Amino acid sequence: MNEGLAGEHQTGAMQVVMIGLGEEKFALDAGLVREIIDPVPVTKVAGARAFVPSVINVRGNVIPLADLRIRFGMPQLDNSADTRIVVIELDLDGEPVLVGVTADKVYEVTEISQTDVQQTPRVGMHWKPEFIRFIAKWREEFVIVPNMERILN
Amino acid sequence: MSAMDPTEVFRQEASELFEVLEGALLDLGQRPDDRELVDSAFRALHTIKGSGAMFGFDKVASFTHEFETAFDRVRKGEIKPTQELISVALAAKDYIRALIEDPQSTDDIIGEAILDDLRRFVSADQPAAPAAAIAEAPPAESKQAGWHLYLEFESHILRNGSNPLDLLEDLCKLGPCFVVPVTDGIPFLDEMEPEDCYLKWDVKLHAACDKDAIDDVFMFVQDEMKLTLLPLAQVEAPAPAPLFQLLDEEPAPMAEMVAPVVEVAAAPVAEQPVAKAEPKSEARPEPKAEAKREERGIATVRVQAERLDELMDRVGELVIAQARLSQLAASGSDLSIKMIAEEIERLASSLRDTTMGARMVPIGSLFGRFRRLVHDLSRDLSKPVEFVTSGEDTELDKTMIECLADPLVHLIRNAIDHGIEDTATRAANGKTEQGRIELAAVHSGAQVLVTVKDNGGGLNTARIRAKAEEQGLIAAGAVLSDHEIHQFLFHPGFSTAQTISALSGRGVGMDVVKRTIENMRGSIDLSTRPGQGTTVTLRLPLTLAIIEGLLIRVGEGRYIIPLSAVEECVELTAEDERSRGRNFLNVRGNLVPFLRLRELLTASGAPDKHQKTIIISTGETRVGLVADQIIGNHQTVIKSLSKLHSDVTIFSGATILGDGTAALILDVAQLVTLAQSKVEKQHISEAA
Repeated sequence: MNEGLAGEHQTGAMQVVMIGLGEEKFALDAGLVREIIDPVPVTKVAGARAFVPSVINVRGNVIPLADLRIRFGMPQLDNSADTRIVVIELDLDGEPVLVGVTADKVYEVTEISQTDVQQTPRVGMHWKPEFIRFIAKWREEFVIVPNMERILN
Repeated sequence: MSAMDPTEVFRQEASELFEVLEGALLDLGQRPDDRELVDSAFRALHTIKGSGAMFGFDKVASFTHEFETAFDRVRKGEIKPTQELISVALAAKDYIRALIEDPQSTDDIIGEAILDDLRRFVSADQPAAPAAAIAEAPPAESKQAGWHLYLEFESHILRNGSNPLDLLEDLCKLGPCFVVPVTDGIPFLDEMEPEDCYLKWDVKLHAACDKDAIDDVFMFVQDEMKLTLLPLAQVEAPAPAPLFQLLDEEPAPMAEMVAPVVEVAAAPVAEQPVAKAEPKSEARPEPKAEAKREERGIATVRVQAERLDELMDRVGELVIAQARLSQLAASGSDLSIKMIAEEIERLASSLRDTTMGARMVPIGSLFGRFRRLVHDLSRDLSKPVEFVTSGEDTELDKTMIECLADPLVHLIRNAIDHGIEDTATRAANGKTEQGRIELAAVHSGAQVLVTVKDNGGGLNTARIRAKAEEQGLIAAGAVLSDHEIHQFLFHPGFSTAQTISALSGRGVGMDVVKRTIENMRGSIDLSTRPGQGTTVTLRLPLTLAIIEGLLIRVGEGRYIIPLSAVEECVELTAEDERSRGRNFLNVRGNLVPFLRLRELLTASGAPDKHQKTIIISTGETRVGLVADQIIGNHQTVIKSLSKLHSDVTIFSGATILGDGTAALILDVAQLVTLAQSKVEKQHISEAA
């Protein structure tokens, strides 16, 4: 985690896509994001792990739809007018994999500068620390920069 | 591609050839009698020489030519490739490589020294093989009159695509030739195979050419022919005696033959200068094969594999788009749109079949490679083994054939190394001394089954179990079926050379085999009978891209069952529905167990009043799958599931339906295995 942090310190600002999940705000590295689409019909995969419960069709490709809310122990909300699917490309075991991530709301594409980055506190977190790359400050709010590779493995 | 530097192409090609050459030379050190190695080394050299000259690497060409000349005596079997000779040959190879890769840094003196060494070895051995030397003509003599050749091809030569007539024409380019077909090998018409070559040829070549030049003509078929080469004596000299023995017919005086006119010799068919003769009229016994070959030559186009893959992708997208159109047309009432939709459906489906057909390759091309493997292993392990193949014309997707090579090598090696017992053991068990390995491919519904069967000792279940316990994979005394115990062989790192494989089990790299097969959406089965042998069955899907599917609905979800696995669909009667303890159907007097998909797939929504059962067959098993609704046929473009779902085995992939949603494809074999293991566990727990 700290390696990633050091990298960002050197390059300075980091482009992120700000999304809302439940009450929290998450910042996804904009470099990972391929596209943001409106909700599509999902197909449940029986027997799959809870955080990747279904697949969706994105431009002729069948890709898994991950639910970060389950990984962070949040209640699942019904789709609203704000719900979007953020399609990200991850490197899992050396292979690029497209994954859809449900977001309750997508705010904007923005930059987090190096001074906004905060170390993940050791206490006071009810999430698994390995799921979090670091915490940044954005508009007087704390936002979580998740470690997508860890969350999805 | 077109901007690529041609010399770079040559360098790449040469570096591949060097690998071949080096491999062959090194192997030759181990197996000096292996003609094939000598030949492959020679072929590599020859190609380096030819392409080197073509791309202006004159030094390479001339050095390689000298190398080739020196090495030629090894090829003729006149001298043995000793270790010393091979190390000089390797040095020569390194020198050629340096000439190609970094011409500036090489020194001609080094090259000369290597050649001198080579020549010294080659000539030093010359007196050691006087008998062989007699057969060879003194070069001086050959310069004067010419050569007398006797050509006998193996009967399958035409099927391999070689045309003896082309070779004869090439030979004619060396100088005036008189060719007599020798017809004594031709059988009666009803015994004749139209694609076999029965003709032999007796050729007199009147040209002062090098023996090498003649060898070059037959370079690529020399493994499949007998070439007897004798120097043609001076016009005045009497013909050498051995010639007539070879010809096996009444000799005609040499002088007569030399006269440059077409004449009838003692042979039953008139001599004809081949270059002028109509080639077809001469090849009377195999006109069909000839015509077929020519036809094929025109019709075949080499296409890059990626282009075929791309085409397949496009066809896949077309099929999806067509499915959407059909759905739209069906829901509307416009008759003309319906007609167009049907037309496009028909076209898309034939386009799909054609595209898939273009990717199909008979598996025989793969089987051929294993003859050598079996032969070598059989000799190295001194276990005589008979190798039988069947179903060579079974077609499989090109990419699968390539992926299959390594797993099959592994299985065959295992079968010989660990499966077949040594001669003494076999004799003690009352078996024939010669082991037997059968490699077979056969279509079975939607799948192709490739089996590797040996008649060896079979798997030692107890030993595998002991090993699994030792490695902590199972608790001592755990209740397991034999089938489950055998699965440990696929466990990574389960068996190592000094442990189980050296004794009786197998398993070295079986995990890799299993993974490769599963990546192709296939499965692997082991069956064994103690003392009688082991059969490994690979079940492979026919295609990797598109299948015909049956679309069903279970709860709110829609699923695809590969249509080729489906035998029939029946309605689940109220009586079957009620009986919870007994999951059997009575299908025309046969008991067929059934699985409730609603339970397996944890379906939501109320069950349909009239449940349907789809009877599927997988391997030997027939199973009914109970669904809520059968929707209909669906052209299924297979999309693989991502790594995130690799733990879900009951789906072999996904597809996209006409309305754009994804549907999962049921892996019927896995479904049945899952259900079976559930039942087995249940039984075991009941028994315990």
